Amino acid sequence: MPIIHRWLAAVAAGAGLALAVSAAGQDKAMEEIQKYRQMLQDGNPAELMEMNGETLWTMPRGANGATLEQCDLGLGPGKLDGAYAQLPRFFADTGKVQDAESRLVTCMTALQGLSLEEATRNWHRPGSDIEALVTLVATRSKGAKIDVPARHPHEAEMVAVGQEVFFRRSGPLDFSCATCHSQDDKRIRLQDLPNLTTVQGAQASMSQWPAYRVSQSAVWTMERRLIDCMRQMRFPDADYLSEAVIALQMYMQKNASGATLEAPGIKR
Amino acid sequence: MRRLAYTLLPRMLLPWTLLLGATAALPLPSSAGDVSAKAEDSFRKAFSTASPEQWATRLAQDEVNALCSKHRNQPPPEVAARIIELSKASIKLPEDGKLMGDWKEGEKLASIGTGGHIGRIQPDRAGTRQGGNCYACHAIAKQEIAAGNLGPSLTNYAKVRGTSPEAVRYVYAKIYNAQAFFPCSSMPRFGHNRWLTPKEIADAVAFLLDPESPVNK
Repeated sequence: MPIIHRWLAAVAAGAGLALAVSAAGQDKAMEEIQKYRQMLQDGNPAELMEMNGETLWTMPRGANGATLEQCDLGLGPGKLDGAYAQLPRFFADTGKVQDAESRLVTCMTALQGLSLEEATRNWHRPGSDIEALVTLVATRSKGAKIDVPARHPHEAEMVAVGQEVFFRRSGPLDFSCATCHSQDDKRIRLQDLPNLTTVQGAQASMSQWPAYRVSQSAVWTMERRLIDCMRQMRFPDADYLSEAVIALQMYMQKNASGATLEAPGIKR
Repeated sequence: MRRLAYTLLPRMLLPWTLLLGATAALPLPSSAGDVSAKAEDSFRKAFSTASPEQWATRLAQDEVNALCSKHRNQPPPEVAARIIELSKASIKLPEDGKLMGDWKEGEKLASIGTGGHIGRIQPDRAGTRQGGNCYACHAIAKQEIAAGNLGPSLTNYAKVRGTSPEAVRYVYAKIYNAQAFFPCSSMPRFGHNRWLTPKEIADAVAFLLDPESPVNK
């Protein structure tokens, strides 16, 4: 299992990193974090989730005993290559702008006959079906350009809604997404913060999602990431697949259009 | 102009009507003026499991947050004046009147980033202390290298600002409600929102201004 070997080497490097932070200066610490990330890049554990996703894609399931092979993610039934890079988008059959996750759930319920509860079970825990399927779908867009022009009126409206939500401040710390993500070259402690209001910042960030998160031992989908941001803002749990969460993605993916998707990335 | 728009409108709508087919009953996209109402509706619906108490304290906006959101944190002068007025009026002093507390307690608060996380997914354990988490955004004592930079460096703060009664009052008020000085500042209104107590704020003031604090060594 070469993946596991590289993985252990990376964990050892992580232990070294902890020492480096206390011993040396800030620049040195940042340098070590970069090295650590590069080591992980060599053997991304997301490959395991991708394999699980392939199994789920081709396995007959649900009341209809159907596979997901006819799922339409925007480019036509069963067309996976490049589809993730063009999401979220408007789907005429549901009358909604959908991201990868809500669209996969549509396929699982409509094609396979799974209940919503079954399709989204444990969505926020490592090893969920949705984690595996999103990893598969995103990996099949690796190297494609993010292309979310939002030309359809409902897509354009979702961009505008997402931008409003991005700047909406509330809660005991008065936070909005913009508090941390609307300026260049900012950090919380040593964690870099992308400026998601600019093309350059959105491209650098969105090209890496979904991402394997070392601290969580799981691939995090974009919805998982956004809903956790809201938790850190001290909000209550936002509903999975809710319109506001999809709107935020729509706003960021439009800003990120033109970037080459490198997902699944590796994050802290 | 108006007549032109009137005659063009049905033709512009036609392709969408055809495309939508079975979903022709779909409401049409809102005009630009409706976007904030639509966004508010979207946001509210996204928290369907939040309790009324969580709504009141976590999601509803007070006037200041609503104004800052609307103006993308860059309020025009008259709005800025209104925010300053509201924010100044919100500031309350500690009961014992001491604005300089214990710098050692303030130092602890500056490193605590926990507390206040709610929800089913990953809440804080009951009784977890809410800190000021000052280091998330500010360089403060020079020994702490893992400091963020969303806010300005406060290293050697007493040397920069002095320790006069005016300086002490300013720093207390700034932590209590930063928007009394910087309308739509990113900084949480720690006192106004009751995230920190007046005594805890006085401890943070001491961490920044006490000559014995590592911030000024």
